Amino acid sequence: MNSDVIIVRNLTKRFGAFTAVDAISFSVRRGEIFGFLGANGAGKTTAMRMLCGLSIPTSGSASVAGCDIVTEPEPVKRNIGYMSQRFALYGALTVMQNLRLFATVYGMSDADFRQSARTLMQWLDMESLADTTVSSLPVGWKQKLAFAAATIHNPSVLFLDEPTGGVDPITRRRFWELIYKVASEGMTVFVTTHYLDEAEYCDRVCIMVDGSIRALDTPAELKKKYKCDTVDAVFRQVAQTALRSADA
Amino acid sequence: MKFRILMALLRKELLLMRANPFVLRVVLALPVMVMLVIPLVASMDVRNVSVAVVNLDHSPLAARLTAGIEAVGELNIAGGYDSYAGAIDEVERGRADVVLTIPRGFARDFSAGRMPSLDIAANGVNATKGATGASYVAGAVSSTLAAVAEAEGIVLPEDAPAMFNLFNPTLNFRNYMIPGLMVMLIIMICGFLPAMNIVGEKESGTIEAVNVTPVGRFTFVLSKLIPYWVAGLIVVAEAMLIGRVVWGLAPLGSVCVLFLAAVLFILVMSGLGVAIANVSSTILQCIFVMFACIMVFQLMGGLFTPINSMPSWARMLTLAVPPRYYIEIMRSVYLKGSSFAEIWTQFAALAAFAAGFCALAAATYRKRA
Amino acid sequence: MRDWRTVVIVLVMPVILLLLFGFAISMEVNDVRVVMAVDAHSDSSRRLAAAIDANPCFIFSGLVNEQQIEPLMRGGRADVALVGRNGRWQIIADASNPVIARSAAAYVSSVVTETASPQTLEVTVHTLYNPSLRSAYNFVPGILGMIFILVCAIMTSVSIVSEKESGTMDMLLVSPARPGLIILGKLIPYFILSCVLLALMLAISYIVLGLPFSAESLGSIILSLIYIVLSLSIGLLVSTLVATQLSALIVSAMLFMIPVIMLSGMIFPIDNMPQPLQWISTIVPARWYIEAMRRVMIQQLPLAAVWRELAMLGAMTLVLLSLAITKFRSRQ
Repeated sequence: MNSDVIIVRNLTKRFGAFTAVDAISFSVRRGEIFGFLGANGAGKTTAMRMLCGLSIPTSGSASVAGCDIVTEPEPVKRNIGYMSQRFALYGALTVMQNLRLFATVYGMSDADFRQSARTLMQWLDMESLADTTVSSLPVGWKQKLAFAAATIHNPSVLFLDEPTGGVDPITRRRFWELIYKVASEGMTVFVTTHYLDEAEYCDRVCIMVDGSIRALDTPAELKKKYKCDTVDAVFRQVAQTALRSADA
Repeated sequence: MKFRILMALLRKELLLMRANPFVLRVVLALPVMVMLVIPLVASMDVRNVSVAVVNLDHSPLAARLTAGIEAVGELNIAGGYDSYAGAIDEVERGRADVVLTIPRGFARDFSAGRMPSLDIAANGVNATKGATGASYVAGAVSSTLAAVAEAEGIVLPEDAPAMFNLFNPTLNFRNYMIPGLMVMLIIMICGFLPAMNIVGEKESGTIEAVNVTPVGRFTFVLSKLIPYWVAGLIVVAEAMLIGRVVWGLAPLGSVCVLFLAAVLFILVMSGLGVAIANVSSTILQCIFVMFACIMVFQLMGGLFTPINSMPSWARMLTLAVPPRYYIEIMRSVYLKGSSFAEIWTQFAALAAFAAGFCALAAATYRKRA
Repeated sequence: MRDWRTVVIVLVMPVILLLLFGFAISMEVNDVRVVMAVDAHSDSSRRLAAAIDANPCFIFSGLVNEQQIEPLMRGGRADVALVGRNGRWQIIADASNPVIARSAAAYVSSVVTETASPQTLEVTVHTLYNPSLRSAYNFVPGILGMIFILVCAIMTSVSIVSEKESGTMDMLLVSPARPGLIILGKLIPYFILSCVLLALMLAISYIVLGLPFSAESLGSIILSLIYIVLSLSIGLLVSTLVATQLSALIVSAMLFMIPVIMLSGMIFPIDNMPQPLQWISTIVPARWYIEAMRRVMIQQLPLAAVWRELAMLGAMTLVLLSLAITKFRSRQ
């Protein structure tokens, strides 16, 4: 019985001469909140896009929820939810119309959708906004909605690409409560971030520098190992050697 | 299961269309504009040809020739000149299209039964007007001369062969253009709109939200094709109605055959639009490639100029231009009343292209980079 | 502009269009398929069949029954039929394409009369400026007129609007650079691209398509440069009026492409249009450009001969450019 939901072996992605992700290997356990840390351009998003079946790896292998991402990208997609860095829902549609679209696409029946949409909306405090056009929502609400759209079909693995980018500290706090909640129900959460304080909330964190993994452990172990008080300080030590500029 | 997903995607397309009524406006307004205005503009009929006559003969016969030209409705006399240079000057100023030179001693030679020669020079800057104008002048001259010759007893009257124009007895260019305009409308609307739609989803990032779901590529591509399929049929119906009500042109053949052809051709165009959008990375790229395709389609498909007049290599090339078959079908069914059995080969070609382009649209749609 | 794929497409597409127009498209009537139906084959019918077969414009497609003629034409397998009854000839033409029908019938008729009796009059017809009636001559100015609108107006407006969308334009506008300078910086790359395109298209016209070249041909460069600036101004003006790339595209395409193709005299002669449309055509810049280019490139007249067109283009450029700049400034 294997409790690893994500297994990554030597996963590599090159764009021409540029190696965005350089032979990374790790595994993620079921129900874990796995944090992926790194500066902009460290390769976090590229790695995540490969795991979601959006990008074909140059070499290496990985499996997500028991499916191989190279040979079975479509079965992978049935078991995951993905929230991209950039808000990507249909702005001209209402909150409910967006949710219904994604629920149906994942094969949910109407009855199931109505039920989970009701609980989800309650839970997110969005009931009054059900029929609001998405483009008129403030950023924080948009992020919540994107989170809802990624979790409505109750996936076994949830990929969040910088879910708290550009939101205020209070909403960020609320967001992490949401993440804890879904994880406590058994969903595995794979989250990238460059807010280092957020790393403290993760079960394990992985620090990526220049396309490869430099450190991987629980926040407590990392702090012990690098003799620091915060993950922030750990990151500073680990990332000192970064060659790529922060906004490459 | 698949069907429910397709319906959900179609519902989304419909809601988006309702939120942004631009597409609907184009679908409703463009055919009206095109079908009302272009038949007025698009005329290859050569009219208002100005003829400069260089009269070196100054005989009564020369005067009769000039009068004969003036009597032709399409021709008018720009003036009489004593030298060729004077007439050419008029051509350069853009005031004359054809120069007729009547040589010295023309009337004398003609009465003597010798074969006199006349010289007609056409302004080739506008090839159609020049060449057709010249042939009108030649026709006017020879019929005047034939009448004179008969009256003077130089030759015996002769029967010219009788002419019958089948299918379009009044030789109305508009009747020829109108079925072609419907093709043009489908090329523009069903090619551009789906392409714009997909590039739009790429730029807003929503396509990625769909790519990360287990939606099948055929389901997704179908959800893009079907709305424009319906739009295209609305456009055709609208255009046919305007053709009937405003221009009085109803198809001689079966309306069902026309719609069957439209169904196939719309698939060809929207499949191409989707495929181009799939491989382009920006709106500009997509537009330029689409525009090039549309120009080639309109020019090589026989919309404005006949395929028969192309050199043989170009004619071979037109076999790969799908509108060629659709234009042929539209004109045959509209003007000649051709039945499906008579033009089934065109349908077969169109169906093959439709299948090919839709497969191309599905094949170029990459869920993974 | 850093997008090389787009630049390549922009440079390759006009070349393909120009070559297609130059070599493939023509208005001549060629390869007319003629069938013959006679009650009895006679000397005269044999002579006629041979005469038709020998003519390069016709393809003699065989003898048929009179009843077969209509179905053959409906299926698109014959263009003209000759019917001989008691030694008299009748010509039946498929008039669904009136252009072909008219000239093919006239042609066949002249062959019939010629075969029946010798000619009494010799008429020589020749064509000035364009002796082989090459349609390339007609289309080159038209293509240029269309391409510059496409490249300058559409590309400029779409790319400026895309900067507006992404917010980089606001960054430029808050910088100390003067708006006039920013406009110039935006327009110059497209101006250079258009000049490269102009050089390419003129080279093809003169070298590959064989348009006559003389000192007067240099006038076409001056005309084109004015037209390029005019098109850039249109693009700039459109970009100040719309908010999204898609609408920039549609405004440019609807307001400029369709009139350029339909109302400029590029394909359809202007003097055949109803009067109101002729008036409208006077505000289509391409009309003046194409008219002037035809005279300069094909008739090889000096620029002085097209002063009216030149003045119109110049005036339009001034009006549009100043309008665009005022609009651009007032946006801040």
